Amino acid sequence: MQLLVEPKVTVADGMSAEGVVRVLGGRRVLDGVDLRVPADGRVGIVGRSGAGKSTLLSLVAGLDEPDAGHLSVAGATAAEERLTRCALMPQRDCLLPWRTALANAALALENAGLSRREARDQARPLFARLGLAGSEELRPAKLSGGMRQRVAFARTLLAGKPVLLLDEPFGALDAITRAELQEWLAATLDEEPRTVLLVTHDVEEALLLCDRVLVLRDGRIAADLDVDAPRVVTDPGFVALRERALEAIG
Amino acid sequence: MKRVHAWWPPLALLAAAVGVWAIVVHAAHVPDYLFPSPSSVARALGNDGSLLRHATLVTVREMLLGYLVAVAAALLLAILIHESSALRRALLPLLVLSQTVPTVLLAPILAVLLGYGIEPKLVVVAVVCFFPIVVNAVDGFRSTDPELVRMMRTLHGSRFAIFRRVELPGALPAIFSGARVAATYAAVGAVFGEWAGSSSGLGFVILQAQPALDTARIFAAVLVLSALALALYAVVAATERLLVPWSAERA
Repeated sequence: MQLLVEPKVTVADGMSAEGVVRVLGGRRVLDGVDLRVPADGRVGIVGRSGAGKSTLLSLVAGLDEPDAGHLSVAGATAAEERLTRCALMPQRDCLLPWRTALANAALALENAGLSRREARDQARPLFARLGLAGSEELRPAKLSGGMRQRVAFARTLLAGKPVLLLDEPFGALDAITRAELQEWLAATLDEEPRTVLLVTHDVEEALLLCDRVLVLRDGRIAADLDVDAPRVVTDPGFVALRERALEAIG
Repeated sequence: MKRVHAWWPPLALLAAAVGVWAIVVHAAHVPDYLFPSPSSVARALGNDGSLLRHATLVTVREMLLGYLVAVAAALLLAILIHESSALRRALLPLLVLSQTVPTVLLAPILAVLLGYGIEPKLVVVAVVCFFPIVVNAVDGFRSTDPELVRMMRTLHGSRFAIFRRVELPGALPAIFSGARVAATYAAVGAVFGEWAGSSSGLGFVILQAQPALDTARIFAAVLVLSALALALYAVVAATERLLVPWSAERA
């Protein structure tokens, strides 16, 4: 299948972390994290609040530097370089209230130097394909929570980066919308393959969306689970994986 | 509909106050030169119409130009303060200090420096108006959500793109609340400027009417000044609704 949003960087070697340590306020938030994700890998990172999940995402994104260890993201090692390889979808949708839905989605294209019109024209096809047709000219205040999250995801995809960092993307949604969007995201990622790091506190969400789930505990990887069971919540294999993850979370 | 309703309480109160004023002045036989009745003020507005019209045009010009200078200077200063912490440390105390100098005293000094044309009046209006805009703008820039900035940095966002697409629009509501406060100061600033040396304007009219004990004319001029301040406020508020439509949508 042809990609609608071609990632600009073609070095398709996923990402890796080796012995990454980050000390914040005297605490070792990350205490030697090793991680290797292939270019088409989808890795979920679960753990309690304060386990270091968001810190790890910031480091991968290039928004922060580790105190020790080595990071490589799609061939980039320096923080400024990593920034050009990753697109971050933050916990809240972070849509700009003064921009219409389409203009919000086109934000990265405008930042990259396209004119307002060019950026919107490029964003429009993806917008329609993500089930957002008809709401192009609405401001975020007029969109439902699920719609806002889709716009935020469109904005992340349109950055054209090879690595997507999703930080609790559905944390603020109600259970039903959340389940709908999880299905939607899984389908969309099948069409638009990227290296994906998904941070969540919801083990089930990670198991449904990712092919590998890491449990982060006290700044270390406490479990590394391959999702080999069918993605059905009631399947015994799935249930067993969930039990193992929950146990590792502690 | 709701907006129209909001006008009634203040109007009713104002009408009641004018009524009490009229009754007290008439009942106590207060002479016009001490405290004119509302009807004398209304008569002065009519009789001195052409004088007041001419003076109003002069004062409006000083108010508007001075206000625009204030907005431009305030935004420039706020951006400098926001972008450089060294400038912030150097400038902020000086800005506060500038507000402690009484404008009434500043005006005559400026008249000596800049002459008796429109320039010293513009400077006085600008000095009176710029402070609330700077303070609010700096606060507005500073209260930018750091999460938005992080997101922008991963979306090809340069420093300038972040300022233009996130910080500036996000600070607009704060900038406008400063600009609205400043709008109410512009008339007072223009009058101070004219008192320090001028040959026209509403401040000049007031200055001339004082020794003549033409108190009704003074009241009429003050009435016009209030109307001008209100009108400037209304223009700024309308501009805000035009430029910041999303904040009204949310409310």
